[in-house]
Amino acid sequence: MASKVIHAIYNDDDILMNAVKKVRAERHHIEEVYTPFPVHGLDKAMGLSDTRIAITAFLYGCLGLTVAITMMNFIMIEDWPQDIGGKPSFSYLENLPAFVPIMFELTVFFAAHLMVITFYLRSKMWPFKEAENPDKRTTDDHFLMEIGVHGNEAELKELLLDTGAIEVTVKEKNA
Amino acid sequence: MRYTFSNRLKIGSIILMVVGAICLVTGFVTAPSSVEEAKAKIAAAHDDHGGGHGEVVDHAVADTHGNSHAEDSHDAGHDAAHDEHVFHQMQNRPWSALYVAAFFFFMISLGVLAFYAIQRAAQAGWSPILFRIMEGITAYLAPGGIIVFVILVMSVLHINHLFTWADPEVVKHDALIQGKAGYLNPTFFIIRAAIFLAGWIAYRFYSRKLSLAQDQSDDNSNFKKNFRISAAFLVFYLVTESMMSWDWIMSFDPHWFSTLFGWYVFASMFVSGITTIALVTIYLKSKGLLPEVNNSHIHDLAKFMFGVSIFWTYLWFSQFMLIWYANIPEEAVYYISRIEHYKLPFFGMLVLNFIFPLLVLMNSDYKRVNWFVVMTGIIILFGHYMDVFNMVMPATVGENWHLGVPEIGGILFFAGLFIFIVFNALSKEDLMPKRNPLIEESRQFHY
Repeated sequence: MASKVIHAIYNDDDILMNAVKKVRAERHHIEEVYTPFPVHGLDKAMGLSDTRIAITAFLYGCLGLTVAITMMNFIMIEDWPQDIGGKPSFSYLENLPAFVPIMFELTVFFAAHLMVITFYLRSKMWPFKEAENPDKRTTDDHFLMEIGVHGNEAELKELLLDTGAIEVTVKEKNA
Repeated sequence: MRYTFSNRLKIGSIILMVVGAICLVTGFVTAPSSVEEAKAKIAAAHDDHGGGHGEVVDHAVADTHGNSHAEDSHDAGHDAAHDEHVFHQMQNRPWSALYVAAFFFFMISLGVLAFYAIQRAAQAGWSPILFRIMEGITAYLAPGGIIVFVILVMSVLHINHLFTWADPEVVKHDALIQGKAGYLNPTFFIIRAAIFLAGWIAYRFYSRKLSLAQDQSDDNSNFKKNFRISAAFLVFYLVTESMMSWDWIMSFDPHWFSTLFGWYVFASMFVSGITTIALVTIYLKSKGLLPEVNNSHIHDLAKFMFGVSIFWTYLWFSQFMLIWYANIPEEAVYYISRIEHYKLPFFGMLVLNFIFPLLVLMNSDYKRVNWFVVMTGIIILFGHYMDVFNMVMPATVGENWHLGVPEIGGILFFAGLFIFIVFNALSKEDLMPKRNPLIEESRQFHY
């Protein structure tokens, strides 16, 4: 991890995309890109790996389904199999249709909420969390690329200005 | 690029038709022609199984049809009525096999037509590249529709016993059908069928004409006109499709009714249609004829297959669960007869049409893999054949059902006819629309 970083600021997402491709082609490591909105294809251009959050959602859904089945099997069939309006509480399968709405909803509930919580945890987002914003303009209309400096400061600066950066500054990391 | 109907496929489809026709004819020839023959057949079948359970089966039959007047009469009368009943069911079997297959393949092209109209009315940017394929599949609409229509006319003319309400002898003793005779009478039934078919075929004809004219013209007036008639068609389609499902399927059980039946049949035909588009597209692409169709187009089609499969299941379950939960006898008989005698096809189709596509097509990567889509597609199509089978057979042949020679013959014959007509139509025009305003977007489509 470099102790110094370069911040290059752009004011157009197309220019940013080209800059990202160029910087990567020159084999510099992009530490982070800050954008005010999702830029389509940026993750591919940066070479980020795919998210696995859909897989977690599937597993959470399976968990929700299991919870629903276990819960209702215990309550309705095993613990107190009452005759309620003639519904067949002899086995889970016989009364299954009545449980399906709950099975469905709990599957969706678990999949959705646990996935969102996973997202918060993985992206380190919570209330009172201090914003990690290197430049306030990136929330409005500017794009910022952060690159580690490994003793090639002048050359890197030149490269970034060539790619159309409107502003290039060198900063101490965690300053 | 122009598709040429290869000789191999042409001969293959003709072989399918010939083999299918032979099987169907066998079905008609081997159907019993008299009550005595039917009795002999049943007895022979029971002997094959050791004859032990004959009595049990007979008893079940009497139970399910206990609503008939036979109960009041003495034993001999009851037996005679029962034999007559079984005889009709056995006679119905080749007719039902013919009807189920004819309707199934017709419903595929009608589903594609609805999908096509939706794509036009929604001005979807991804699909114009597939319009010629959809138009090719809907070429089956007119011949397939006419075949179904002919079977319907034969039914109301008493050449078969498919629709019990069409038999004046039955209606005479049946107050419930009498009450519905204002709607369910042969003349009105045939007039309705003619109107439905005329409307659908007319839309298909004009939309195809405008679609081809758009390629030759130098403005977009044909495209706009096509947009307008597609929107109008969808309104017409929604009403007529719903009524068609009451007429052509629900009236097999004239004592039973369900309000969401039209939607249910629609979902079935819609998913079968989309699946067929995907299969034909993948086939033509594998021949190198659709270089610009990329895996994002396949991905979108597979997404539709996935989504509509779940929509179908939602409707299937809603219909089943509402009736199961309330368990009102006049509604529940529909499911009782199916669960009692059609357990495997009835629940098996749920696995084929829901669980299988759900698990296989959930992954975004799998939706781009051709052989995954083809495999799932074939299973979905078979599942929806079974769906139509389950809707028709219990009312016409009851517990005397098999998936045997006449049924397979029906599938083979209509599959051959379908392939022949569809691929013949595909070979008539270029596979790529030339100057559809959205074609460039469709070419570049990437998801």
